[in-house]
Amino acid sequence: MPRRTDIESILIIGSGPIVIGQACEFDYSGVQACKALRQAGFRIILVNSNPATIMTDPEMADATYVEPLTVPYLEKIIERERPDALLPTVGGQTGLNLAVDLAAAGVLDRHGVELIGARLESMQLAEDRELFKNAISQYGLESPHSFLATTLEEARGHAETLGRFPIFIRPSFTLGGSGAGTVHTPDEFDAKVSWGLRESPVGSVLIEESLIGWKEFELEVMRDGADNFVVVCSIENLDAMGVHTGDSITVAPAQTLTDRELQRLRDQARLVMRAVGVETGGSNVQFAVHPETGRVVVIEMNPRVSRSSALASKATGFPIAKWAALVAVGYNLDELTNDITRQTVAAFEPSIDYVVVKIPRWAFEKFSGVEASLGPQMKSVGEVMSIGRTFKAALQKGIRSLEIGRNGWGPLEGPVTDNELEDLLRTPNRDRLFAVYTALERQWDLETLAHMTGFDIWFLDQMQQLFETAGRVSEADAESLREAKRQGFSDSQLAELLSRSRSEPWSELDVREARRQQDIRPTYHQVDTCAAEFQAFTPYLYSSYDEGDEALPTDRRKVVILGGGPNRIGQGIEFDYCCVHASFALQEMGYETIMVNCNPETVSTDYDTSTRLYFEPLTREDVLHIVQREAANGALAGVIVQYGGQTPLNLATDLERDGVPILGTSPASIDLAEDRDRFSDLLAELDIPAPAHGLARNLEQALAVVATIGYPVVVRPSFVLGGRAMAIVHDEVDLKTYIQAAAQVSPHHPLYVDQFLSGAIEVDVDAICDGRQVVIGGIMQHVEGAGVHSGDSACVLPPHRLSANVLDLLRSHTHRLGLALRVRGLMNVQYAIQGEDVYVLEVNPRASRTVPYVSKATGVQLAKIAAKVMLGSTLEELGLTEEPSVNGFFVKEAVLPWKKFTGVDTILGPEMRSTGEVMGHAPDFGNAFAKSQEQAGSPLPVRGGALLTVNDQDKPDALAIARELHELGFRLLATRGTAAFFRAAGLEVRKLRKAGEEGRTVLEAMEEGQVDLVVNTPKGPRSRRHGARIRALATRLAIPILTTMPAAAAAVTGIRALQEQDADVRSLQNYAIAEPVP
Amino acid sequence: MSGRRAHLVLSDGTVFAGQGFGAETVAVGEVVFNTCLTGYQEVITDPSYQGQMVCMTTPHIGNTGINEDDIESARPRLTALIVREVSRHVSSWRATRSLPDWLAEAGVPGISDIDTRLLTRHIREQGVVHAALCTDGSLNPEQLLARARDFEGLEGRDLVREVTCAEPYAWAETTDSPWEPVASGELPEPVEMERQPLVVAWDLGIKYNILRRLASQGFRVEVVPASTSAAEVLAMNPDGLFLSNGPGDPGALHYVTETARQLIESRVPLFGICLGHQIIAQALGAETYKLKFGHHGGNQPVSDLAAGNVQITSQNHNYSVLHDDLPDNVEITHWNLNDKTVEGLRLTDRPVFSVQYHPEASPGPHDADRLFAEFVHLVQSRRPAAG
Repeated sequence: MPRRTDIESILIIGSGPIVIGQACEFDYSGVQACKALRQAGFRIILVNSNPATIMTDPEMADATYVEPLTVPYLEKIIERERPDALLPTVGGQTGLNLAVDLAAAGVLDRHGVELIGARLESMQLAEDRELFKNAISQYGLESPHSFLATTLEEARGHAETLGRFPIFIRPSFTLGGSGAGTVHTPDEFDAKVSWGLRESPVGSVLIEESLIGWKEFELEVMRDGADNFVVVCSIENLDAMGVHTGDSITVAPAQTLTDRELQRLRDQARLVMRAVGVETGGSNVQFAVHPETGRVVVIEMNPRVSRSSALASKATGFPIAKWAALVAVGYNLDELTNDITRQTVAAFEPSIDYVVVKIPRWAFEKFSGVEASLGPQMKSVGEVMSIGRTFKAALQKGIRSLEIGRNGWGPLEGPVTDNELEDLLRTPNRDRLFAVYTALERQWDLETLAHMTGFDIWFLDQMQQLFETAGRVSEADAESLREAKRQGFSDSQLAELLSRSRSEPWSELDVREARRQQDIRPTYHQVDTCAAEFQAFTPYLYSSYDEGDEALPTDRRKVVILGGGPNRIGQGIEFDYCCVHASFALQEMGYETIMVNCNPETVSTDYDTSTRLYFEPLTREDVLHIVQREAANGALAGVIVQYGGQTPLNLATDLERDGVPILGTSPASIDLAEDRDRFSDLLAELDIPAPAHGLARNLEQALAVVATIGYPVVVRPSFVLGGRAMAIVHDEVDLKTYIQAAAQVSPHHPLYVDQFLSGAIEVDVDAICDGRQVVIGGIMQHVEGAGVHSGDSACVLPPHRLSANVLDLLRSHTHRLGLALRVRGLMNVQYAIQGEDVYVLEVNPRASRTVPYVSKATGVQLAKIAAKVMLGSTLEELGLTEEPSVNGFFVKEAVLPWKKFTGVDTILGPEMRSTGEVMGHAPDFGNAFAKSQEQAGSPLPVRGGALLTVNDQDKPDALAIARELHELGFRLLATRGTAAFFRAAGLEVRKLRKAGEEGRTVLEAMEEGQVDLVVNTPKGPRSRRHGARIRALATRLAIPILTTMPAAAAAVTGIRALQEQDADVRSLQNYAIAEPVP
Repeated sequence: MSGRRAHLVLSDGTVFAGQGFGAETVAVGEVVFNTCLTGYQEVITDPSYQGQMVCMTTPHIGNTGINEDDIESARPRLTALIVREVSRHVSSWRATRSLPDWLAEAGVPGISDIDTRLLTRHIREQGVVHAALCTDGSLNPEQLLARARDFEGLEGRDLVREVTCAEPYAWAETTDSPWEPVASGELPEPVEMERQPLVVAWDLGIKYNILRRLASQGFRVEVVPASTSAAEVLAMNPDGLFLSNGPGDPGALHYVTETARQLIESRVPLFGICLGHQIIAQALGAETYKLKFGHHGGNQPVSDLAAGNVQITSQNHNYSVLHDDLPDNVEITHWNLNDKTVEGLRLTDRPVFSVQYHPEASPGPHDADRLFAEFVHLVQSRRPAAG
């Protein structure tokens, strides 16, 4: 059937902020859907609270709303835009859940909005395990034996029926499988069930037969309205059942099934689609297969695009989200042309002639107290994908793509006993892959390893082959080098192996030279959806060491853009946004853009974002090979390293040394900005103040530095980024404790000791410098005070509480710094404002995390303009000569993963821990802030009880806040000290006891629902425990909690605004035409 | 890999050096590529590959070893197997042996560790090529080139003679229930018959799974050699007739085409697959021609005009039917969406239909399995239960 003509406008819901379990793969899928549907002539209305997405770029939709993803806000948008249809399947579980809620609330019926792409019943059926199980059993498909329980007693009865542990417990309707787990004893059972009953929004948990150790497979499938059904990709999990698929190493296509076995899964997937009633769109079906009997059990299905479908799209070249959107509006798959072959249609199943490996990336080091073992609840924050001609090569490339300090597969770091090793093999954890290497060094046999790890022995044998190859690399002769390179070994990995086996130092460059002499070079191959059966027209490439090469660089002028690699905390979608913008901008200028990245979740790795795409690790060797290959034809202007975050920046110096032209700000300038001594000298020269600071290699030196600076100080190890191991130290005891711990973090590097500007306001400035002038893109005032990492702090644009004098100083400093550092392109400066004094904290002559937010708020696309500046355009030519004005207020709020990492103290500090961000906007600060809180998942209450429990130094500020809350009609509750202080000032307040004290405690009051807002500031590191319990409980009960006084003050402003007027919605396109502020 | 040095030399002089596995020998044949991701055991035992060397595009081959069940004939049939990498370790609960051992025993050579994508692209650009492979070190590349150039090719050759059964036999094995396929679309309602229907199948190189699928529909299945005349079979009073898949050039099979002509006139329901389809088309007056590199894979999209949808099909053929010369009573029922070649036909005035692709799959998707049910339905409708 051709395109439907009875609908004209379509509402698309995005997935909101990046959280664990929902990352930028939904920006990728949303962008594909928007582009495809607009091309097909539909009017697109887009809603997403996440400003760091490409999908919220105003040109991606006809009306773009960066608004809270809640039913009331969606209804306002629907009222205003009157869409004919809603496509809920490209915005992750968030989009799907919201669509279900909108339908349940009658909003869709009320406004005549038709759900397309998924029927309401299908969404409900796929989400409700009991309904799902019943539905598929009618088609003869098996589920794990399981029972639903709504009380602990009921659950215990079911456990008896199952008859043996382990038992799997899964709370219903939690995002990313949160709270699910396997228990081995009755005590564990009781605890887990109780927790699950509380956490489940519908108060039920599933008690299930454990499938731990079974083989796990996923099929990515598509269906259209004519019942055309295709399997896009099969995916095999290296980690057996028991580890969330988002935390599993996965391989595509499946490697250890025969055709009969795979076709059986395909048939079952088709039946699952029928059973769930998915008529059109992409779905993901997960299976467990018993390794010895072959019994097949259907685990679950998602009737929407997913993280796995993004992976499958990148792994095969089949754009699932794009075609899912088009079949939702009536097209059949055979009416859609495959862009890659231009000859074949979308109704086909990709065949691939390579192996794809996905490896997750975790951030346990950021969350002390979180158990680092892996299970059914997803914990990873990002992932890499690698493509190799063999599993061996793909595994090696994947490991070096991770950027975890490894240049390939190797042993565990540090000594382990056999017992410890066995433990690391048996318990799923992020080092298990490396434990296999260590076990092979100890000559443990494959059967034993298969038994311990649950890895299929075929994969283990592949690993053993790598291990044997490593053992054979003792001569840098052509044959052994070629064999090792074919198996994916990196030069630096080979250098280590050669250094060891030959007892002489070998460097990466020595290996490179040895290869050059023997003419061992990578070849590039196309990802073409068809295993070379048809010619491919889309240069989507990966490397191997084979004979044929298909890179065929063109003779045009070109630019290489290095992406950001795997998402991690501190480096995520914002940088992918910048890379994508650079690519778009330079294509506008007539350059061919060549993207290099290894993150399958991103828009940058979509095959039509750049002129050419290399899906490769971001290492010196891999990037240099691409540069050399591309430079063989045409004119390579250079490489952009400033847009992908720290990853490409770290390569800049080496690449420059290898003769690669670096565009924009030079590596020398970047270095200067990062070198504290030289940068201090520069600031002194420019007469720009910075906090006093010093360097210490031991406690004595640190005490000496503090003697001149005075407490409090900020301490951190040198050359550690993202606020890792940074702390604010108030006295000598803390300093001693810190130095003892810090010595283990980075023993060979000295410690930085900086003056801490108490009570200071931090400010971020994003600007562009073209060498002649500096134009500021945006000045953002942090809501949290100094001491909270800029990535975790809410901030507001324009600044709402800075004097004209301070603003002038900020502008002048930024201007002079940009010119002095010879910045060409983007720069970000962080300032601290104490009173009327402006201090420079740091300058980053590169794209910053705030660029997309500023661009959305101002309508000026900084990343694009700066990319053009890097290639020689001037700001004047580009028409950006003045700081853009901002219409209303835009508040960015950070989103933190506390729900996933229960037990971690939620207090904000100098170490960044947020995974994503949202943006609230309104004509006034209060409403903008309130929106941002709602978007971040903790909407401000407009009435009820407010609990205040603050440290002594915050009490005066807290009193002012309490007064306002009282005025606004809140009941005040406080712990003893705070209550006494308020009462002394004449405020009526209910006193509550701390946990453990006699009488009614704070925690009880919270549990009973008497508390709707918590203001809690910590008392310093040694007496945090009580506060930590309040914070943990607030997180669990989803009570909004503010842990700094400035944030509390902002919240009060927000609450007042909410009480005064209902917040309105406005599209970004409407801002652009500058509606007068009411 | 510490295997034996092996060379594959194409008739145009291209040399691939790799490792030998399987039998130590010299082989000469036509090279084709197959894009199935799984199912190497079925491919290797498919008699339609008689005379051909098969390059598997998926890089890891042999992972799940060889089992007793997934066979399409009694032994490996292809001339040689060409892979990127052969697995040295087998992992499957059903496997009984490894791929290299099995091939060695059957006398079939293999070569691994060559750039199979380069070879595939070569075939895509140049068309099927002749090649010689040496895995025993007896011939150098120059000698192999001479062998490849001397190869007479498969055009005009009757390869069916080499693979058909010597004597008629009855087939009883059905598809085991765990492997019962799920086809697309609705199945026709079964019709009662007074006795179990008999289908007689000409073995032109028949795949076991066709026989399993026929038996699973309730047919009593008799298989006869390719040279069996129409009269002999019609004397058995069959309810249905079947012309199987098979290797090589349909143009060389005048005797089977003549049989088909008589079968069409018999008005007994006739179903043909792959080579059987080409034979029926020839019997109806159509020409066949050789495709550049054929269709060998499990992902070929076929438009089913009657059903109004697309089936993902398993295919293995080098020749195709030219539809220009077909008479008016022939209706084209299926088209290939990739290259618009004929994938199926039926007669409007006779109970005859045929498809170019493989509804029995094996390897490949089961989308088109419905055709077997349609065949039995056609048979049943013509001979319903008395009264």
